[in-house]
Amino acid sequence: MIRVLWAQIQRDLRVAYRRAGDVASPLMFFALVTSLVPLAIAPSRTVLQNLGPGILWIGALLAMLLSLNALFRQDLDDGSMEQLAIGQHPLPALMLAKSIAHWLVAGVPLVLLAPVLAVTYHLSAPTVSALMITLLLGTPTLSLLGSFGAALTAGVRQSGGLLALLVLPLCLPVLMFGARATALAGLGESIAGPLYLLAALLALALTLLPLATAAAIRISLD
Amino acid sequence: MKLPAWLHKFASPPHVYGFAGALYPWLLGLSLVLMAVGFYGGLVLAPADYQQGDGFRIIYVHVPSAYLSTAVYALMATASAIGLIWRMKVAHAVAAAAAPIGAWFTLLALMTGAIWGKPMWGTYWQWDPRLTSELILLFIYLGYISLRGAFDELGKADRASAWLAVVGVVNLPIIHYSVIWWSSIHQGPTIKKLGSPSITMEMVWPLLLLIFAYSLFFAAILLQRLRAEILDRERYSRWVGGVVQATASPT
Amino acid sequence: MTEFLQMGGYAQYVWPCFGLTFAVLIVNIVTARRRLTAQLDALRLQQARQAQRSAQA
Repeated sequence: MIRVLWAQIQRDLRVAYRRAGDVASPLMFFALVTSLVPLAIAPSRTVLQNLGPGILWIGALLAMLLSLNALFRQDLDDGSMEQLAIGQHPLPALMLAKSIAHWLVAGVPLVLLAPVLAVTYHLSAPTVSALMITLLLGTPTLSLLGSFGAALTAGVRQSGGLLALLVLPLCLPVLMFGARATALAGLGESIAGPLYLLAALLALALTLLPLATAAAIRISLD
Repeated sequence: MKLPAWLHKFASPPHVYGFAGALYPWLLGLSLVLMAVGFYGGLVLAPADYQQGDGFRIIYVHVPSAYLSTAVYALMATASAIGLIWRMKVAHAVAAAAAPIGAWFTLLALMTGAIWGKPMWGTYWQWDPRLTSELILLFIYLGYISLRGAFDELGKADRASAWLAVVGVVNLPIIHYSVIWWSSIHQGPTIKKLGSPSITMEMVWPLLLLIFAYSLFFAAILLQRLRAEILDRERYSRWVGGVVQATASPT
Repeated sequence: MTEFLQMGGYAQYVWPCFGLTFAVLIVNIVTARRRLTAQLDALRLQQARQAQRSAQA
């Protein structure tokens, strides 16, 4: 089982590596959007420190969303998704592997880029580490929710706006806890509460969403 | 798991079509009469609130629609789950018919809530848990309706939107409690709660009656929309041909 | 009567709420009805086309 998961992840990573441009564009989007905000509003130190956690979190959320459109497109076009669906391995496990691969390609780079951008918002060291921890715990949930949304809209023309409309409301708890915990760290308070909740959300998403994603992708196959 | 026996009658599209058509005028008529009584009771008979004066009367249009907004979603998700588990066309049709009605009453609850907020809180909008959850609920309804519209095949639209409804029903309580928890961290209780000790029977009965009347109204509109959804799904079956011929005379 | 319409000074809040409510109720009745008749019209058209096609054959 673990071997199947790992093989699928490796395969998806290899595909992602060959189309590095697609992987880099959400990252550039994240950097661009978060650097536009200080230019649009007053770039004063206290304002940026207050808004920083929220803006960085929203930027990460939108960047994740941007990378979702193509998640199943290629696999559906070249028929490899059909092979997975009729194959001997359970489809929910393969969907879980796809979500993990998406997180490794789209989520982890965001976590690594976030501290660089956080410096431009004059965030303190504890705030930056809280930002990284919350992103690390929150982005896998976003990948799982996003995979579900991408699977639902896989059989649909012009799915971009629709995907955002479906996924963003479902992402709200992750966004709130992530941004809130980061802001709390800036005030020097304990962030254990929101971290536990982010972890609980992740556990829930890990167990339930691959099942729903597998069911949704089957719809687009027949 | 087997479908309970009494549900079988509701799984038959021509049966449901017929009984929806027969029930619709009675339900609609009864709901409108009860609404008239409830509004009279709320606007005229009920005394003014000791804190909010006559402004509290907005409760008679706000609370029933807020109640419908969540009750309809629960019904929609239940129907979706039944449709997925037992592959029942009529259940999917119920979910499809319920969504637009739920979205309308969610919008209505938001608008009446905002107008009520102005005299009571001094602002139309407040990021308080109930308002925020209601707004997200509206977005989820709109996403559900858009997802349905995006498919060419009804069967696919039914199954995809049913999964969205089911995932949404798990997520809604999480969203609701996250907003409560989130706003409780660093915000003082700026909102004056509505609870008043001097609430009397004369204030309560119109509200209960109106909640009942709104439910009947929803049921009536649901049945009317359900007939259209059933026709859409059964367009090639023989009984639909008969129905169409029976209504062929211009009405 | 004017006292009732003034709603103890809350007229500008109470009446819009009731107006919106009636509007939503009416919109629901009308759109549900229109959807059903549109569906029946579409099916009638489909039936007429089929009859035409079988007559040609």
